[in-house]
Amino acid sequence: MGLINPATENRADETTTVSAVSPNFVTTKLDFLTNWARSNSLWPMPFGTACCAIEFMATAASRFDLARFGMERMSFSPRQADVLICAGRLPFKLAPVIRRIWDQMPQPKWSISMGACASTGGIFDNYSMVQGIDTIIPVDVYVPGCPPRPEGLMYGILLLQKKIRGETITDDALREEKLVGPSGLFLPPERVDELSEPFGNSVQQTRSS
Amino acid sequence: MTSGQPEPVPGTSQGPAVRRARPGSLSSSVAALRDAFGPAIERHFMSSGQTVVYLDPNRSHEVLAWLKDTPGQEYNYLTDVTAVDYRDPERPLEVVYQLRSLGRKADLRLKVALDKRVPLEVQSVYDLWRGADWLEREVYDMFGVTFVGHPDLRRILMWETYAEGYPLRKDFPLRGHFSRAEQTRQALAANPEAHYSLEELSIAETYGELPKEMQERLARGERGFLK
Repeated sequence: MGLINPATENRADETTTVSAVSPNFVTTKLDFLTNWARSNSLWPMPFGTACCAIEFMATAASRFDLARFGMERMSFSPRQADVLICAGRLPFKLAPVIRRIWDQMPQPKWSISMGACASTGGIFDNYSMVQGIDTIIPVDVYVPGCPPRPEGLMYGILLLQKKIRGETITDDALREEKLVGPSGLFLPPERVDELSEPFGNSVQQTRSS
Repeated sequence: MTSGQPEPVPGTSQGPAVRRARPGSLSSSVAALRDAFGPAIERHFMSSGQTVVYLDPNRSHEVLAWLKDTPGQEYNYLTDVTAVDYRDPERPLEVVYQLRSLGRKADLRLKVALDKRVPLEVQSVYDLWRGADWLEREVYDMFGVTFVGHPDLRRILMWETYAEGYPLRKDFPLRGHFSRAEQTRQALAANPEAHYSLEELSIAETYGELPKEMQERLARGERGFLK
């Protein structure tokens, strides 16, 4: 008593997260059950804005048959949806719409960014286009392609199922709502600028201020 | 494939005789315009089979009204209103009217050159062709040309509080003026539900049945963004 441990003193300003529940036999078995149920009954909220939506429709149709993965029902209401699939480019005018839909979806929820434009802005590095929907909503799986083939989207969905099977109820951060903060963004502004950096042919373009 | 086009003979085909304009020849409207307006018609030329006529900006409405209503012209269909900003900063911005006479099957392209050193203004043709409503709004949105006399001149593609300027002007940088973070912040601040005016929603008749809060918002004329 009275002694100060220099090791702990130096770490005084670090934040330590102590979960209310630590993993044990009961929670891991419960995780297995809930994750099995969740990953095999993902109801997608289709947010098709461009040509990726055509590939998405092909994925849902009989030849590729998305229903094999428990995605039989397209949930056209965000209230019953589990996974938001943004298929296509997202203009700034649609940014508040997808944000509102994402906020309306109940937990647990995931999102897939389908295609180059949704993931990075793609070829549309211009004044009207969101440079990656991860500046608007959190994204779990990015599917590359322009547009991705149905096999590509299905692979992304399988990756998401794999991700869901690794989740645990003891991690509260997984179900944390990432809301738009007082800055008007849910990411720091520098992070948004960094994510929207020009690349590829875009670096040849001029930009004032 | 037959070589050479058969010459249309007026009055021989079924239906009433229609004086068809032959593609590739100068429109007969040019001579008529010069007779009627003289110095208000600046110059004309042919481009890809289209007759292009430049008009005096101050008298464009008068000339367009004449083209619409005069027998023998009857350009009753406004195909498009658009604008062109050239890379040369000295060159004026041009507002383009593409007219068509549905009865005569004739086209005419008219241009109004606007000096970029003064505010860009031209008379609206909304009173002549109702279809000009959204076309002129689009030109206003993209080029910043003010159409005097337009009943509802506001942005149509970009949101109404868009503050970066007019995207299709040549002096507008491709990525816009603001940083991506600022653009994203402004976009997320939009209120999509309140975007439409009472007229656009076509719910003017059911106004009484709307929720009270929505009635108040619409009565204030609120749309687009929350204050």
